[in-house]
Amino acid sequence: MNPLDYARILDRRRFLDNCSGGLGVAALAHLLASEGRTAGASAPGANPMAVKRPHFEPRAKNAILIYQSGAPSQLDLFDPKPGLVKWAGQPLPESLTKDLKLAFIKPNAKIMPSVREFRKHGQSGMEFSDWLPHLAGRADDICMIRAMRTDAFNHDPGALLLASGVTQFGRPSMGAWVTYGLGSESQDLPGFVVLGSGKGPNAGSNIWSNGFLPSAYQGTRFRTVGDPILYVSNKKGITLELQRARLDTVKGLNEHRYEKTGDPEIAARIASYELAFRMQAAVPQLLDFSAEPQHVIKAYGLDSEPESGYAANCLLARRMVERGVRFVMLTHGDWDDHKELDKGHARNCGIVDRPTAALVADLKQRGLLESTLVIWASEFGRTPMAQMDRQDEDPGRDHHPDCFSMWLAGGGTASGRVVGKTDEIGLKPVEGSVHVHDLQATLLHCLGFDHEKLTYHHQGRDFRLTDVGGRVVEELLA
Amino acid sequence: MSTEGSGGSLAGGRREPRRSTPLLRFAVAGATVLTGAPCFSADSVSLPEPVAGPVRFLEDIEPLFAARCQACHGAQQQMNGLRLDQRAEALRGGYAGPVILPGDSARSKLILMVAGAVAGKVMPPTGEPLKDSEVGLLRAWIDQGADWPEAPPAESARPGADHWAFRPVQRSQPPAVTGEAWIRNSIDRFVLARLEDEGIEPSPPAPRSTLVRRLSFDLTGLPPTLAEVDAFLADARPEAYETLVDRLLESPHYAEQWARHWLDLARFADSDGFRGDNFRPHAWRYRHWVIQAFDRDMPFDRFTLEQIAGDLLPDAGVEQRAATGFHRNTPTNTEGGSDPEEWRFEQVINRTNTVGTVWLGLTVGCAQCHDHKYDPLTQRDYYRLFAFFNELEEEDVDAPLPGERGPYLQALGGYQRARRDLLEEHGVFDRKPPWEAKVLWAADHPGESAEWDVTFDELRTYVNLGERILRTPPERRTVRHEKALTDFFIREYGRVLSKEEYAELGYADLVKQLRALDESLPPFGEAQAVRIADNPPQTHIYLGGSYKAPGVRVEPGMPAWLAPAAEQGGLTREDLARWLVSPENPLTARVTVNRVWQQLLGSGLVPSSENFGTQGDRPSHPALLDWLASEFMDRGWSFKRLIKSIVMSAAYRQASDLRPDLRERDPANALLARQVRLRLPAESIRDASLAVSGLLDTRVGGRSVRPPQPEGARRMGSDGDGGWQVSDGPDRYRRGMYIQYQRMAPYPLLSAFDMPDTYESACRRGRTNTPLQALNLLNDPVFIEAAQALAVRAVTEFDGSPGDRLRELFRLCVAREPEPAEADWLLSSWERHRRILERTPEAVGELFAIELPGVSPLDGAAWVTLGSALLNADEFLTRE
Repeated sequence: MNPLDYARILDRRRFLDNCSGGLGVAALAHLLASEGRTAGASAPGANPMAVKRPHFEPRAKNAILIYQSGAPSQLDLFDPKPGLVKWAGQPLPESLTKDLKLAFIKPNAKIMPSVREFRKHGQSGMEFSDWLPHLAGRADDICMIRAMRTDAFNHDPGALLLASGVTQFGRPSMGAWVTYGLGSESQDLPGFVVLGSGKGPNAGSNIWSNGFLPSAYQGTRFRTVGDPILYVSNKKGITLELQRARLDTVKGLNEHRYEKTGDPEIAARIASYELAFRMQAAVPQLLDFSAEPQHVIKAYGLDSEPESGYAANCLLARRMVERGVRFVMLTHGDWDDHKELDKGHARNCGIVDRPTAALVADLKQRGLLESTLVIWASEFGRTPMAQMDRQDEDPGRDHHPDCFSMWLAGGGTASGRVVGKTDEIGLKPVEGSVHVHDLQATLLHCLGFDHEKLTYHHQGRDFRLTDVGGRVVEELLA
Repeated sequence: MSTEGSGGSLAGGRREPRRSTPLLRFAVAGATVLTGAPCFSADSVSLPEPVAGPVRFLEDIEPLFAARCQACHGAQQQMNGLRLDQRAEALRGGYAGPVILPGDSARSKLILMVAGAVAGKVMPPTGEPLKDSEVGLLRAWIDQGADWPEAPPAESARPGADHWAFRPVQRSQPPAVTGEAWIRNSIDRFVLARLEDEGIEPSPPAPRSTLVRRLSFDLTGLPPTLAEVDAFLADARPEAYETLVDRLLESPHYAEQWARHWLDLARFADSDGFRGDNFRPHAWRYRHWVIQAFDRDMPFDRFTLEQIAGDLLPDAGVEQRAATGFHRNTPTNTEGGSDPEEWRFEQVINRTNTVGTVWLGLTVGCAQCHDHKYDPLTQRDYYRLFAFFNELEEEDVDAPLPGERGPYLQALGGYQRARRDLLEEHGVFDRKPPWEAKVLWAADHPGESAEWDVTFDELRTYVNLGERILRTPPERRTVRHEKALTDFFIREYGRVLSKEEYAELGYADLVKQLRALDESLPPFGEAQAVRIADNPPQTHIYLGGSYKAPGVRVEPGMPAWLAPAAEQGGLTREDLARWLVSPENPLTARVTVNRVWQQLLGSGLVPSSENFGTQGDRPSHPALLDWLASEFMDRGWSFKRLIKSIVMSAAYRQASDLRPDLRERDPANALLARQVRLRLPAESIRDASLAVSGLLDTRVGGRSVRPPQPEGARRMGSDGDGGWQVSDGPDRYRRGMYIQYQRMAPYPLLSAFDMPDTYESACRRGRTNTPLQALNLLNDPVFIEAAQALAVRAVTEFDGSPGDRLRELFRLCVAREPEPAEADWLLSSWERHRRILERTPEAVGELFAIELPGVSPLDGAAWVTLGSALLNADEFLTRE
């Protein structure tokens, strides 16, 4: 077990103690807030998070994007390729590799069949490898995309394309676009939240960036050490009462200045400070799992010592959706197994399998899955050829952008369906190829947007998430 | 090729040199890029036969072009650079090369496209395909020599060529006004004339306490000290204001403040960005250069010349080389497995777009993939601009600060001996040459050995110019290059050995010893610079903006519609820089004065300060913009003079209170009937808190600093920041502009308060207002520390009752006296804080742990929370 994870658990507990946790705090916070002298300042010019209507009746209200950073191997998880066996240990014929540009290996690298066992699951008979026994149990809730494709074969550009529609930095991320379009239904939590476990995701904070959108739409990162939200807890010694007194002092000064200058920015600042205060009460509540029934805790695997923060993050994602958080991005890594893939993937599957399955089941059981789109995504997949940089190491697989698997659940997408097909060795798509822009267009469609019309004017032109591409993939919809 | 002798008179100087590559290659490349589909073989498609008998252009061909081609390839639009309504243009072809080969219709791309012989692509893309008889006509016409009678050239019809910003700067007389009494300088005439037209009175002047704080922030980025406030308030002379302005303009902090604006434009950062996000140990040297340039009020034309082409100047010294660090601020991707040529290309794109934004105020990047949709900029213009930067190669150069050279040289001999001994001891001199030979072999035989392939790939990725260094014989390598290669060898040698063998060599330890040795050298400034590569690549028009799809070749040149006279060949970056700041270029001066105006009045006269093109905003006061631009040029491109003239105006000195009478009529304050309230930028918020609390370290320039960050703040973004070793002592309290900027994990305060992300040039910052900002200012230890220091000032520097101290504290923070209601509120608040603290003695200890004679810890703690409240007040965070 990672010492950081202990730290995380301890920190969370300490954090709860500091805030003296629980409903009492929230109630008091609410009371104080409503007692506050907000006359004349209650309606700031424009609240960027006000709830907005999309273009048409949406299928989903919320989204949870699970970004498996570093690119899991679809060939060892979702896309069985018995056809690889007969090529095992041989390079591909030149006719297949002449246009292939790979990150590390050369086109003459040797084919490596998967050693996993695949079986059909559920009514749908969807196939999963034995690395994902729990997720396989959700087969009938899942819509599997077998022939995803992307334009980038390096991590950062791939992660950026997935998150923001281009391989360059500086564009708004999916969560930013969605909160820009829909606002947030939460009164005391950010509308776009980022939860991470394992190694930091590729492209770092850029994948939850607001880009050129106002920074209100930037993802708020929940941290795994220290404060869950940066600076959300007060300095030791500043009790709740003293914090309120401090904020009241600020508020009194601001109200006075507002009357004097008439600047609505001051009213907006007063509102921001009040939201910050409510957040200080809401965050401990959100993190307090004590009211969760034991069977839920167990289903996520939180009863045994958690191996990483991933399980807790999955449960948190559900609790956030319940509280009106619009977009949750959950990241986990690193899956980038250029060597020793067996070892690395076994470990990561052990971390993510049970909690991911539990999240889908839990949402479904609570009736939230219908309105919540869950996406399992990665920046690309991995090659059918082995990567073997040294003879004395176990092999891995290189990056593969041309076809790989992702899956969706809920939010008006099809269940128990497999869309698209790859060739017998998983090198090229055969049918139903879905580009990352198509996935983004479909996500926005589920949330009620025409992806070509959700735009922002910047530097002389209208920008959108799907850049200049994207089509809604009807086959993915229920 | 085919168009020899086709007459240069119509083409003028615009013909491009041609490659003699067979046509089919162009067609194939184009097809692949446009469709991503597999390549085709023209042989496999049978073309309609040419019709028999002579074909006449005007009767048979021209109507066909007009009906089916010219909508996209005509006067209005030239998709992919192709124009079929003019002889010379048509014969020249598109960005991918010629489409008509007189005498050879079977290989002419025009025919292949209309006959559907290019997979996935057929022209015209809409409507019925051409009939076989029509294709036959076209074929016959081409086979018969593509005769095309001369006709007078059509008017150039690029959109927007007569747009206001592309016309020359026109200096006009400041207009007459009725309200002469309000006028302080010529700027006011333009402003007041407009207000009088609208029947609006300007706002009264701001109170003097507001003016001193406003000027101090605008000119230095720092709040005024109490002494400075008092001195100004007490100065009853008529020249008091101007004296203050002059003093602030001469302050060393003036240079910091205006350098900071420039650094946003220059997309300055201390790291590469991308996965590694490697720290750039020498990036600061460029910032240092910018600060010095502003300090000396370097004329903007010279400032331009040194940054764009400092390396080419005949008198180029260290400072001119350091100035070219401007080009080094591009993000760099050193992710393993990436294609170095792709990222080199991206850097050239970034450099081109930056120059377009900063000097031309145009969104030139739109033309990377196709002709600009709204501005006259063609894709050809774009790659001509690109060509100026395509020649660049990155190079670090010695650029010591005064006083560094002596101690460094003194230590150098010992360092070199120690290094040589270490290398000797570890057999590096024996092992490296055969290793090099093997890497060279792998470079030329990919796919034969994975270990050596990876070694070569890593060399290309992680060592700047790695491949070139390897291919240079050792005796001809520079010391810097040899060191880079040697260090790489020691790190990577294990890749081709067994783990046991490598461990036995002790190289892991050697790496540490060498690093320690490097760190033992006294500081010696180096600068990131550029030079012209030995074999600079040729520039093409890249089809669809892809580095993999070169079209026709282009030479460096200015945008054709802006600089029609500058069409001759052989242009250098220096020519570009000189043209940018020449009177012939209508944009640079306008764009630059507009940004200065924006910094001082909140919004530019052209609000879209990054876009002066046809999609940008129109100027609210066009005559004023041009007057300022011509003044700027005529008075020696001096920033200080320009800034002074603006801040001396009555317009600048107005009160910033909102005008209820104008709320509907002029919500954006375009008419300038008042000043504006502006939330301070990220760095100034930090600086102001540290300044009023007395913690600020005011040293100017130098290396970047690393103040403490909360645990885990870096972890999700960046590994490449050198571990963020927290700076010692006063460096922790340096101004915000010196905080090391890691692109992947910026210091939290900076990103919370809208510091641009530095991937591309930023002309203006957002001023958002979020709950995370509130949490940052309330609870970030640096602001708690400032509140504690402020409390100490309250009890040690000020006298009298709590009310008296509160009054001084308030003045210290916002430079004005509290009104009675505010004074009452502060006092009752302080008492409330104190009452609460009385009940929680442990909190008192946490907040105010120091012992001061005559000060009760309880009072002290109440001063801390009260001080913190003041540091969070909107007015404190705002320049009014």
